[in-house]
Amino acid sequence: MKQTSHRFSQNVTRALAEPTLKLALDRTTTLLRSRRARVIADFPQYAQARETAQKIKDHTLDNLGHYLRQFEQNAIASGAQVHWAATPAEARKIVTDICTAEGAKTATRVKSMLGEEIGIGEALAEAGVERIETDLAEHIIQLAGDPPSHIVMPAMHKTHEQVAELFADKHAQPSATQDVPALVESARRELRPKFLNADISISGANFLIADTGSFITVTNEGNAELTTTPPRTHIVTVGIEKMVPSLKHAAVFLRLLSRAAIGTEITQYTTFYNGPKRAGDRDGPERVHIVLVDNHRSDMLSDFLRPMLRCIRCGACMNHCPVYSAVGGHAYGAVYPGPMGSVLTPAMTGLKGSKDLPNACTLNGRCKEVCPVNIPLPDMLRSLRARQFDAGMASPRTAWSLRLWAMLATRPALYRLATGAANIGLRVLARGRGKISAVPLAGGWTRTRDLPQPEAGTFMQQYKKKRH
Amino acid sequence: MNTAQDGRPRIGFFVTCIVDAMRPNIGFASLKLLEDAGCDVSVPAAQTCCGQPAFNSGDDATTRRLARQVIEAFEPFDYIVVPSGSCASMIRSHYGELFQDDPDWQARQKPVSAKTWEILSFLTDVLHYTPKGVRYPGTATYHDSCSGLRDLGVHDQPRALLAEVDALDLVPLEGNTECCGFGGTFCVKYPELSTAIVAEKAAKIKATDADTLLGGDMGCLMNMAGKLSRDGSDLRVFHTVEVLAGMADGPGICAPRLK
Repeated sequence: MKQTSHRFSQNVTRALAEPTLKLALDRTTTLLRSRRARVIADFPQYAQARETAQKIKDHTLDNLGHYLRQFEQNAIASGAQVHWAATPAEARKIVTDICTAEGAKTATRVKSMLGEEIGIGEALAEAGVERIETDLAEHIIQLAGDPPSHIVMPAMHKTHEQVAELFADKHAQPSATQDVPALVESARRELRPKFLNADISISGANFLIADTGSFITVTNEGNAELTTTPPRTHIVTVGIEKMVPSLKHAAVFLRLLSRAAIGTEITQYTTFYNGPKRAGDRDGPERVHIVLVDNHRSDMLSDFLRPMLRCIRCGACMNHCPVYSAVGGHAYGAVYPGPMGSVLTPAMTGLKGSKDLPNACTLNGRCKEVCPVNIPLPDMLRSLRARQFDAGMASPRTAWSLRLWAMLATRPALYRLATGAANIGLRVLARGRGKISAVPLAGGWTRTRDLPQPEAGTFMQQYKKKRH
Repeated sequence: MNTAQDGRPRIGFFVTCIVDAMRPNIGFASLKLLEDAGCDVSVPAAQTCCGQPAFNSGDDATTRRLARQVIEAFEPFDYIVVPSGSCASMIRSHYGELFQDDPDWQARQKPVSAKTWEILSFLTDVLHYTPKGVRYPGTATYHDSCSGLRDLGVHDQPRALLAEVDALDLVPLEGNTECCGFGGTFCVKYPELSTAIVAEKAAKIKATDADTLLGGDMGCLMNMAGKLSRDGSDLRVFHTVEVLAGMADGPGICAPRLK
């Protein structure tokens, strides 16, 4: 996708003006929040599981080189081929080279954010491979030509009414009714033959298991299994941070992931893959390629952003974020939206093109509270602000007002004079009405909100009079 | 514990820059409550701001200068009490991040952070204070400001205190733990986003039966009161200490003034 995070403010303005966006977001986030709250309340070991999960990830990250080598060895032993990609471009080339070598015309794809991150859609188009998105929401946004707006629910920005219109327009045999089950049927009719005739399947993975060389996908629609079974070749593109040491460790995360993501105890399908079809297997791919992608993850390992590599891509942070809930995912203008995206985007694509992302956050802390692996997102966003400030990236207006304010705030006597003067100034503006509806230089506030009229005299002035 | 000679805990009251400039009544209500609860309260003259605007803008050098000013002014006291969860959390939970490479200042910062309290939780958890003979006729709803709630665990304390107020009904607010969109510098840097968030909050407040909105942070209260007032609502908005001290008899935040 084309990154537009440098135009964040314009994106916000556009998002707020979209008539159905807020309705679409509210319908889904409200449901996800209440379901998550219920299912977490029904999970007595939640706090313990969260702590264990954090420890497992931290341990794995501390020894990531070891586990990656172990995974590679075991994956090769299972019959898979393992590829290493330092950059998205390398990952794209590995994928398209495999497609070319296979003479592939069509590829079915299972939704994966890593795939979005490396730009797999564009790469396949350039290589002349028809891409068929098999996840229902990915199918919707493929038809609409939209990028995903959420890491778990990529079509969250669309209402089902809009999906009905889209399907009626684009599907060969759209359903006669517009209820959700009829829409699902319509997509099923459209996609089913494509599943069976694809040359290649491409998926991501939710977890890599070091001691078996296996990987796991977690889905609800069964499309991962139907996608990866018929074609002769299965390509997996996956970030190196998805590693866990063994199956028993993966089990801890499986208990957390779908609870945090969609508020269910488990998903419909949790599939463990281990190499290609073996002698005697009735079906399955003949070749499995696993592409392990870095893309700045090893930089993050040696940085204050390291805890971000614990992320299991559940989306709970964005479901509970007031900013995401107001404008949706597209406004962030990057592959990963919401709080986790505001950390990942600068880490992966540089702070310069995503200056606003760490700042457009109220630091309310709800994202950290709901994170199943306890990532200190607000602290990291604030640290990114410090990195920006140190690099001289603050806007001239911000830098100038901070300097003036610091000059006063570090001189209490001068500060008293300034606040005393401001107190008089604001009271003049209020003209005794109790509120102020316009203040010079504070239009951002007063365009939509009143400012209270201050009391006569600051606290420090009044206190001095009363007590001395 | 170093207490005053008469045995009363010695409190350094940190008024916060917003209360100082906008609503001193919150400061005086706090003093009244602390004194009623048996404290010896001082207001150090060398105080301005806790440094949060600089901290949240990534200006750590300025934040450190302000933090040192706060530490110097307040280290003699038994407790530092603040009528704001946000500013209290800045001192208590975040000052530590500033002096990780400075052992001398870290040694001074740690005890100051540890003895800093948000006022409502200080009244209940430390002083075990119960307001007596206070009356506020009305139906109020409560917004839990984020820093107090998530950094300091302030949630039950204001409700326990308000339960002792005569003639006051407290009704639940949907989304009471969701951010109001204030966010300090956020509201001036991203006014459109801030407005979208506070508009939703104001709608939820108006959907209750309440005639009064209460909370524990003047920044958030000013944001919500400002939006409610602009929407033409006549809901009264007060800081919880104003009600608890029996000092909510004047106009609420953004309400017309008679004097």
